[in-house]
This record gives sequence, C-alpha cells and structure tokens, in this order.
Amino acid sequence: MTADRALTALTIAEARDGLKARKFSALELAEAHIARMAEMRGLNAFITETPDAARKAAAAADARLAKGEGRELEGVPLGIKDLFCTDGVMTTAASKILDGFTPPYESTVSQKLWDAGAVMLGKTNLDEFAMGSSNTTSHFGPVHNPWQRKGDNRPLVPGGSSGGSAAAVAAGLCPGATATDTGGSIRQPAAFCGVAGLKPTYGRCSRWGIVAFASSLDQAGPIARTVRDTAIMLTHMSGFDAKDSTSVDRPVPDFEAACAKPVKGLRVGIPAEYRMDGMNPRIEQLWQQGIDWLKDAGMEPIEISLPHTKYALPVYYILAPAEASSNLARYDGVRYGLRAEGKDLREMYEETRGQGFGAEVRRRILIGTYVLSAGYYDAYYLKAQKVRSLIARDFAQAFEKCDVILTPTAPGAAFAIGEKQDDPIAMYLNDVFTVPASLAGLPGISVPAGLDGDGLPLGLQLIGRAFDEETVIASAQAIEDRAAFKLTTLGDA
Amino acid sequence: MPRTLQGNTGEWELVIGMEVHAQVSSNAKLFSGAATAFGAEPNTQVSLVDAAMPGMLPVINGYCVEQAVRTGLGLKAQINLRSVFDRKNYFYPDLPQGYQISQFTQPVVGKGEVAIEVDGEERRIGITRLHLEQDAGKSVHDMAPDATFVDLNRSGVALMEIVSEPDIRSPEEAGAYLTKLRAILRYLGTCDGNMEEGSMRADVNVSVRRPGEGYGTRCEIKNVNSIRFVQQAIMYEAQRQIDLIESGGKVVQETRLFDANKGETRSMRSKEEAHDYRYFPDPDLLPLELDAAWVEKIKAGLPELPDEKAKRFQDALGLTADIAGQLVAEREIADYFEQVAKSRDAKIAANWVTGELFRYLNDKGLAIGKSPVSASALGGLIDLIADGTVSNRLAKDVFDEMAASGKDAATVVDEKGLRQISDTGAIEAAVDQAIAQGAKQVEQYRGGNEKILGWFVGQVMKATGGKANPATVNEILRKKLSG
Repeated sequence: MTADRALTALTIAEARDGLKARKFSALELAEAHIARMAEMRGLNAFITETPDAARKAAAAADARLAKGEGRELEGVPLGIKDLFCTDGVMTTAASKILDGFTPPYESTVSQKLWDAGAVMLGKTNLDEFAMGSSNTTSHFGPVHNPWQRKGDNRPLVPGGSSGGSAAAVAAGLCPGATATDTGGSIRQPAAFCGVAGLKPTYGRCSRWGIVAFASSLDQAGPIARTVRDTAIMLTHMSGFDAKDSTSVDRPVPDFEAACAKPVKGLRVGIPAEYRMDGMNPRIEQLWQQGIDWLKDAGMEPIEISLPHTKYALPVYYILAPAEASSNLARYDGVRYGLRAEGKDLREMYEETRGQGFGAEVRRRILIGTYVLSAGYYDAYYLKAQKVRSLIARDFAQAFEKCDVILTPTAPGAAFAIGEKQDDPIAMYLNDVFTVPASLAGLPGISVPAGLDGDGLPLGLQLIGRAFDEETVIASAQAIEDRAAFKLTTLGDA
Repeated sequence: MPRTLQGNTGEWELVIGMEVHAQVSSNAKLFSGAATAFGAEPNTQVSLVDAAMPGMLPVINGYCVEQAVRTGLGLKAQINLRSVFDRKNYFYPDLPQGYQISQFTQPVVGKGEVAIEVDGEERRIGITRLHLEQDAGKSVHDMAPDATFVDLNRSGVALMEIVSEPDIRSPEEAGAYLTKLRAILRYLGTCDGNMEEGSMRADVNVSVRRPGEGYGTRCEIKNVNSIRFVQQAIMYEAQRQIDLIESGGKVVQETRLFDANKGETRSMRSKEEAHDYRYFPDPDLLPLELDAAWVEKIKAGLPELPDEKAKRFQDALGLTADIAGQLVAEREIADYFEQVAKSRDAKIAANWVTGELFRYLNDKGLAIGKSPVSASALGGLIDLIADGTVSNRLAKDVFDEMAASGKDAATVVDEKGLRQISDTGAIEAAVDQAIAQGAKQVEQYRGGNEKILGWFVGQVMKATGGKANPATVNEILRKKLSG
C-alpha cells in the first residue's frame, strides 16, 4: 500500500485542524504515516516502529474527536527519539548496551505529548547515547538523509544526534518528532534535512526519563517542518517537573501565538566571531540573505561581539564527556541491559562496557574520565567551567544590545556517510555554531533557509535570551516567510 | 588515665580522628521517595532512582536536609547557607549509579565541637564538618559459592558523615566522643545511633607520635560498628604502629579493616591502590541554598541537649556533676528522671534512679525504656518513703518486688505488710522488751558507750520485722535508756 501523500505532507497545524474539522480520521492519518514508514524503511530513521499501538491510540483519538472531546494534539502522529524512555516500548539510546531494554516508565516530555492527545508512531534512530553529529554511531546502523546531492546518489548523513527524527520529518514519516540537543543535536540535523528544529532554554523541558548524556546541557525540543509546528510541539513538551531539579518553575506561554508576534523594531545581533576563515561562501551569502530578510521584516541588524566563541568547542568537548563518563557508569551489566560474562567482577565490567559501547562513546568516556582525574581536574574541568561562565557572560552582554542573534546553523551541508569518520575533530567542528548557545543554556532554532551548490539544504540559527523562545520563534517565522524554502523530500503526490 | 603509651624507646602519643556515618532518621531516602525501614525483604525498598534506571534523576529530600542542619546546630557548628552536592565516582555492584552523591568541597555544615569528659577532665573535640551523602546497597557474598547477591534497600539512604579533628588522644576519649555524639544525635532525633543495625558506623584514623612532635603517618580503619570495637581497634593499631616504628619500620598510609574476632586490624588497600573518585559537582542537582530564617527556626526548636541539661541539673536541682552526667547520658534516662523528680526532692529522685534503678537495669541488661518500674511508680515509692509509710531500708525490698511483679508501691507495701510502724505504743513495748533482755548493754550505754544504741535498734527492728520507724525507735530508746 502506498502512503496517502496528501496526509503525510500535512504539517502538524494542518493535521490538527483537519482532524478537528473531521476532514480525515486519526486512524487514516496514522495509516498513511505507517505506510510511509514502511515505504521509506531504507532511511533507517526508526529503531522501533509501533504501528499497532499507533492504530489503537488513533482509534481512541477518533472516539474523543467524535465526542468533541479532542485535546490540543488529538490524533497527531509523532516520532519519539529513542532517547526518551517509553513505558513498555524498547528504549535503546541506539546502544548495544541497552538493546532490548524496555522501561516500565514514561518520560515526562513524551507523557505530556500523550496527555495532549498525540499518537506515537515509533522510536527514531540517533547517534549512540546522542554522541555524534552524523547519526553514524548508532548500534542500529546509520540513518540516510532523504536529500541527495545533485547528480550523486551516495547516501548522505542526516546530521546528529537526532538524525532519525530529522530524516523522518523531512521524508514525511511523521509531521514532527521529539529530539534532544546537547551541543547542537536538534539544530544541526534539522539544518541538514531541511526542516525546523527548536532547542528551548535549559530547564524549559523536564529531563526526567530521557537517557542522560551531559546533564547540564541536555535539553529536549521538537523537530518539525515549520516554525509554527515546532512552536505547537514545544508548548506541549514544556513545563516544570518536580522530578527534575533543574527544570524551571515558570509559566509556559502559548508558543504558537509567538509566530504572529510583531518583530518590527527588534534588533538582531550579528556576531563577528562567527565569520570564520575558509567559511563556505554559500553559507556566508545565505547568512547575509537572512540579515536582509529580517531587515525586510523591520528588524535592525547590529554587529555584536561574542569574544569567547573560539573556546566554546574545546570547553564543550571537556564538559560534555566529563558528565557523560559519570552518567554512563550505570551501564555496568549488573541490573539491566547487556551483560558479558567475565571470570571476575573487573572482567565482567570490562567485557560488558567494551562490547556494549561503540567507539565514539568509549572515546568520550575516556576523555571525560581523564579530565576529571586527580591532577587534571583543575586544568581541564574547572578551567572549562570558568570559560563556560565567560561564554554565558558574552551572550548576556550581547543581549544588552540586541534581542536575538542570527548565525548559520552549521559550517556546511550534509556530507556523505563515511566522510569525516576518521577524524573526530573534523566531525566535532559541525557543532561550532550551535555549541555556544548550548553552553549558555539559551534557546535556539534552526530554520531552513536555502540550498547549497549541490542542492542540499542549509539552515540559519536564531539564538534568544533565556526563556525568550517567543522572540526566537517570531524571528524564525519572519525568515521562513521570506525564504520560501521548498521541502522536496516528501515524495511525489 | 595517662594519655601516652610506653614503648621500648620512650613515650608515644596517640592521635585519633573519626569519621562517623550516621543514618538520618527519615522515612524516605535522600534523593528518592523510597522507604527506609530496617530489616525489610531484600530489594523491596528500591525506587527507579535508587536502582539507577536510565533517565532517572535525584531530587533532594528536604526533611533530610533539615535533620542535617538540626544536627549541625546541635554540634554548635557553622551552617553553610550554600552547599553543593558532588558525585564520587567508582564502580561497585551495590552502587547502581556508578557514583555516590556526596558533598566534597562545600558541605552543609562546617566547624563545630563536642565536649567530652574522661576521668573528670573535660576536653573539646573539634568537628571539621558534616555533610550529607547517599548510602550504597549491600553485596552478599556468602549465599552462593559462585555468585554475589545485591540488596539495594539501603541504596540511597541518607547518611550524615561527621568528621572530627584529630583531637582525640586515647581509646577512652574515642569512646567518650562516640558516646557523647550518639547522645546528641538521639536527643536531636536525627539518628537513632543504633550501631548494631548499622545506622551509626565509624571510620577511625590513627597515628602515633612522640609527645610534642608533628603528626605521624595515619592509617584509616574502616567501618567499625561498636564503641568497644573502636577502642580495641585503636589500641591494636597504635601498638602495631609503635612496634613497627621502634623496630625500624615505617608506617604506610593505608586503609585497614578491623577483624572483631581476632581483635586486630589488617591491610585493605594502600594509598597507591586508593580510588581516584573523580569528584565533580552533580549536574542533576542545583546547589543547596538555605534560608537563614529557616535555620533560625530550626535552632529555636532545638531540644535541651545533654550538656545544657547537666548544667541545669547541677545549678537548679543541686545534683553533683557525676550524678547529673549519669542522668543526661541518654535522653530517655533524663526524661525518666525528670518525671520522677517532678514535685519531689530531686536529690532523692536522682539517688533512686542512679542507685536502685540502674543497679536493677544493669543486672537484667535492660534499657530504661524496658524498665518494669515506670517513672510514676518509682515516684509513688518515693512518696511513701517521704510520708513515713515505708522505711528507707524496706523501700529497697519494695522496689525489688515492684520490679519483679510490676505492681505499684502501695500495693506491694500492703500485700507484703511492709507498712512502717510509727505507733509509739507498739514501739515502746518492743523497746521495753529489749531493755529487759539487755541489762549488760544498758549498763554499757549508761557508762558512756553511745555506739551500743545500735544493738538496741537492731533488737527492736528484729521484733517488729524491720517495720518500725527508725526515728521513732531512736527517740524512744534514748528517752528510756536515759531515764
């Protein structure tokens, strides 16, 4: 059965409104996406598909809609990054060490979406433990980007770590998906796949039930095809959670309403430090185009300085592995997940963790263990924490002069699977524009803005003040309105 | 008590510091809602957080923080309004997270002190700090030859680690310190101090030095679980170090275990083998910020602590320091005493509690809470002595009978016919009889031998079955013998 393209091309807002108006049923909508998932299984965007549960949930949604009791997202099908624990559904973090692990609990963020009536289609692929920028470190194999270079059919990476979510949304497998961002894992894959990805302020969404990578940086957010859709999803993912001490107790605005918020007169900061030597001229050109679009919308561009930008990447690659080395200590083969036998306790640990973790995860555990070790802690971890404060201060000072910051999302477009694999540093450079906002805990969005010479999508990033997602959304809407970006990966109608 | 040990080459001074792990009295764990009951079936008191399931996060239990602050105030210590939880990283099967959440550089409680008294000499032992941390689970190695079982009931239970300065100089002082610390914790209700159940354990740091010299190299003896064992371990360890140094060896800094069966310590791991715990601030928890007014409120609600109580017993009730010290050693004893002493003569009440009651409880190995003679029953006995119903001498027999039967004093006195005879007619008859039988003694008395009066008293008591009021007997005897 081929999927009904009219249904799989719908945005979340369109699907929601169509369901409310009973133009189609939630079951029809779910079936269309289930069929599209089967059609596009070659992308490897999902680790686990849950079609039966989706049909059941859709039928229940139809019953509610029939009674006029539909909730805000009643019947809207979504993908869930396989980093969110889902009650009774295998949750792997794309790692062998958690292969087969089925949690008896539901993450706060996914529970909020179900409470709003959304329907789960399955669990999307990702880099192992969200560590990567290409979705090539997954134990379940790489995800293919639905985009290809003109005249070149080599499979491209979808970006990472939320590569499965971005690819699934771009190819019409689901209209939206949850994702998480630690150093760019929502924004960079969104840019690579030509979709929108919104990382909210640290503390906006509960981390409870999300497999931890780096606790002080991890933050959930949505990937969808429009700015409005990310805003709709974020409204139903956000909120204080007493079970997460770092979640922030403040009201959740109606983010969708922010799409219509006037931007005229707002100042957009252009950080000088993001103009790097040897930068892809097409990206520089698109950045200028973005400035012009925002000017057209009545915003005032001003030059700003974020002097500690160049330290962001090294700081990130000290702090994130440090936290990860400790967060991943619980995967020891004692209570759940993979256990490899050994002749004694030490060998059991070594074999379990050696076999259970992939190369990139092992590398980061080693780096993290090293920087926390006696004699190195002050020089690495402590120093990095200090520089992190300076980076946050840079932003605070910049936001005295401007209301939102515009930068490219990534230094290049999607690359081929296999490229940059031998050079971790080149891979880490993918995050150069996204990491600073992560370190400062600030909200950021990637919005598709244009194509490069190979016909691959490129994104622009907007960064806002803490808890001012609304200005970020409003400015992103202004770019989206003017970019007229066409997503060509949804399949022919 | 000499505070030095004599070696073959001269005198040695002991330097002892202690780290006491005290389980916080709380129904729930430090970072999860799970219960903390002792003796529950294995792995029945374990939440998803305690088992370190993926994506689980710790949330601080406010009551445990309050208990730590209360303890800090009881130790007259500085309360740090801002403190930080750190992760102490190491792998072990009974440590599910792969790290223990503890406080490293910024503990909730800073410097304080505990006053102790050994052989009448008061000393103040400095408290370095008190911090909150999670307990680990329990590994059980002896249930199967080829497997280890893990019980996570204790995993995540709140502990206070109370670290002393190296101010302790003898096993006796170490015992006094632990006893006093336990009393303070029990008065405060922040830890039950039950060493048998493991809710209080001590790591003991021991070194030796020549008097007046700098600190020697110390060894840490881990997890000693009784005051007696602490004292044995210190004696053994100090002697081991002295023998080692005197025979030309050197003390190596290491962690040692105390073997209670053999009464000796043995090496567990050397400094080189020590873990690198890779402490860093726990990113799942915000720094702990306390409100000064909240701390003040806790302070205002503190109970009277042993030192203050002992001082009041001396100043207001006129008890001796020794008796007051015995009475305040445990809150239950002090409470018992105060109930007995209420609207009665405090010294008499104190004598009964520290005398007959303690003797009985010691004989039977009972805690005061299990005493068959309640405070009000003992008070009733004292009242019967005061109003002359029963003599002081017979009162001890009444007490024993009360303890044996659980009956009150008046009932015992009536049933056993122990009511004191104050009827002068009856006593006069007995006196007359004694005088008639003791012509020789009468002569001696009248010859100036006052001591012989005791013989007459004995005769009268014998004749009255000990029930005659001694004061009346004396009065009548003197009158008749002089007449």
